[in-house]
Amino acid sequence: MSGVTLPERSARSFFRFGGSHACEGSREPLARAAIALLTVVAGLTMLASLAIGPISIPVLDLLPHLPGRVLAADAGAPEGVSVRDWIVIMEIRLPRVVLGALVGAALAVAGAVMQGLFRNPLADPGIVGVSAGAGLGAALFIVLGNAVLAPAMAVLGIYAVPLAAFVGGLITTLLLYRIGTRGGITSVATLLLAGIALGALTGAMTGLLVYAADDQQLRDLQFWGLGSLAGSNWEKVASAAPIILIMLVSVPFLARGLNGLTLGEAAASHIGIRVQRLKNISILLVAAATGASVAVSGGIGFVGIVVPHLLRLTIGPDHRYLLPASALLGAILLIAADTLARTIVAPAELPIGIITAFAGAPFFLWILLRKRGLTGL
Amino acid sequence: MLPHLKLVAGQSASELRVDRAGVAIGRTPIIREITFTARAGEFTAIIGPSGSGKTTLLKAMTGELAYSGSILLAGLETGQLSAEYLAQLRGVLPQASQISFPLNVSEVVGLGVIDRRQGRASRSRRIGEALCRVGLAGFEGRTYQELSGGEQQRVQLARVLCQVWEPVADGGQPRWLFLDEPVSSLDIKHQFQIMRLAADYAASGGGVVAVMHDLNLTAAFADRILVMKNGRRLSFGARDEVMRADLLSDAYDFPLALTRFEESDVPLVVPAPGSDR
Repeated sequence: MSGVTLPERSARSFFRFGGSHACEGSREPLARAAIALLTVVAGLTMLASLAIGPISIPVLDLLPHLPGRVLAADAGAPEGVSVRDWIVIMEIRLPRVVLGALVGAALAVAGAVMQGLFRNPLADPGIVGVSAGAGLGAALFIVLGNAVLAPAMAVLGIYAVPLAAFVGGLITTLLLYRIGTRGGITSVATLLLAGIALGALTGAMTGLLVYAADDQQLRDLQFWGLGSLAGSNWEKVASAAPIILIMLVSVPFLARGLNGLTLGEAAASHIGIRVQRLKNISILLVAAATGASVAVSGGIGFVGIVVPHLLRLTIGPDHRYLLPASALLGAILLIAADTLARTIVAPAELPIGIITAFAGAPFFLWILLRKRGLTGL
Repeated sequence: MLPHLKLVAGQSASELRVDRAGVAIGRTPIIREITFTARAGEFTAIIGPSGSGKTTLLKAMTGELAYSGSILLAGLETGQLSAEYLAQLRGVLPQASQISFPLNVSEVVGLGVIDRRQGRASRSRRIGEALCRVGLAGFEGRTYQELSGGEQQRVQLARVLCQVWEPVADGGQPRWLFLDEPVSSLDIKHQFQIMRLAADYAASGGGVVAVMHDLNLTAAFADRILVMKNGRRLSFGARDEVMRADLLSDAYDFPLALTRFEESDVPLVVPAPGSDR
């Protein structure tokens, strides 16, 4: 037994006897290793997704040319590289991979934050209707952007649709919180049921917009239903990236608060967390990330529920590690799913939402069954 | 970095002074006109029948509920202090604690280490020692949800201890422990262990305020006792002033008698003869 090595300042210190109890229960080394591994896998997945497609492209040969071209703002193919390959990479696959990474990270982190906020592993923007609300906001601008909302469209430009989706998502989240939470306690049953009702309501409103839409708009609207990264381009990346990056950068500051919130709102406050502020910021970030994702890729479901849950099972629920790991795994899974979506029935393409739903929906049911055994709804 | 505790000069720095405090939910008063003063260095128990407002009073004192009147903790009005500031000054053990995700024991206890100046090593040492103090040494890696109710309660206590580790902060400001029925789900050995721990904390200069149901444990460990009934103060005083058969019988509307073991100065509360009829 070593002596007391605590900062003993008071002669009347309470803890007289000491001892070196190494902390056996720490999952932090594992979590850090997992994040390092996920970072590597994310890089490899991106490379693979760039290489795979109707035409195979030797990505590793192209890669060294990329930084120079970007710096020179030169869109032309470098010497010794086929123009076709260069254009496929730069104009089709790279924006799609970047968008997939951003959306995957945003959806997974939004899910993790929402689950921390509602203190429940089943809370997810897709399931509780936040995505549907965001979809309504986006649809409003897509259909009415050239008519009633033209002035707003003119001012906001490419950010109009993401912003509208953000507002739609925000309103839905606030309503959900109002309905599902009483005295700091979230009733899961109420939450899920309210989510169904809000989702149906916003879905119906989106449905009404169909009657005001022309052919092109109809096709755009249909794409919300299942979600897709088809039609990714640099403009879409530019419209979603700022919001998603702001969210990804600010979310680590919530980690300590969300950890405290696992104790409940009262106890979180007792350990010095400003709970109301934490809730406000969380809701804002969830709505922003969901809105930006939905605006560029429609309602891709289940990423936000599967990713954080898998990670909690392996590295534990500590949000300091859960949030960055979710961002990485979300990006990996979405890029992988998208690569599958565009190759499995080539030359046609599946909406990516079909793939995430096929994988995610059974998973959701599995969590539900497991959880029912533990605590009931 | 957390702000340093302000020191208020004089007597009030080491007191919890409750003056005509009241809490109402809507227009229904839950507690009213509660006045008493608890001192650092002492174990103050709050007793009274169920529904007498003990927990409500505790929640008002810990800053969780809005109150009327005045509750000065270390000379400062509790209701005006920020969550961060209060967190350095006092720890709170709630009655029951559910945790939403499968954290393990060391992660739960670690939530109490709010002093971010602590390095990783001293942090995990503190977690280990706190667990040792509540009799759960070696439980670090266990999942919280898989523990028994009594073990969970002791894990929570270890978390609270980590938060207010030194009973007297730098500069001499005493810290406070607020405990809501800290031993209600424990077996008799751990009841005594936890009560001894709380009494030690007080003896080391900290303040302890605990809502208690067990009158005999209260008699054995409390220095001062507040008796509540119907949301009001029935009595407040040193243990021997309050531990009287007539007063307790009145508080609980049940005939109680006091007895004593030989060579013990601790009274024992028992149902009065004939109370079973």
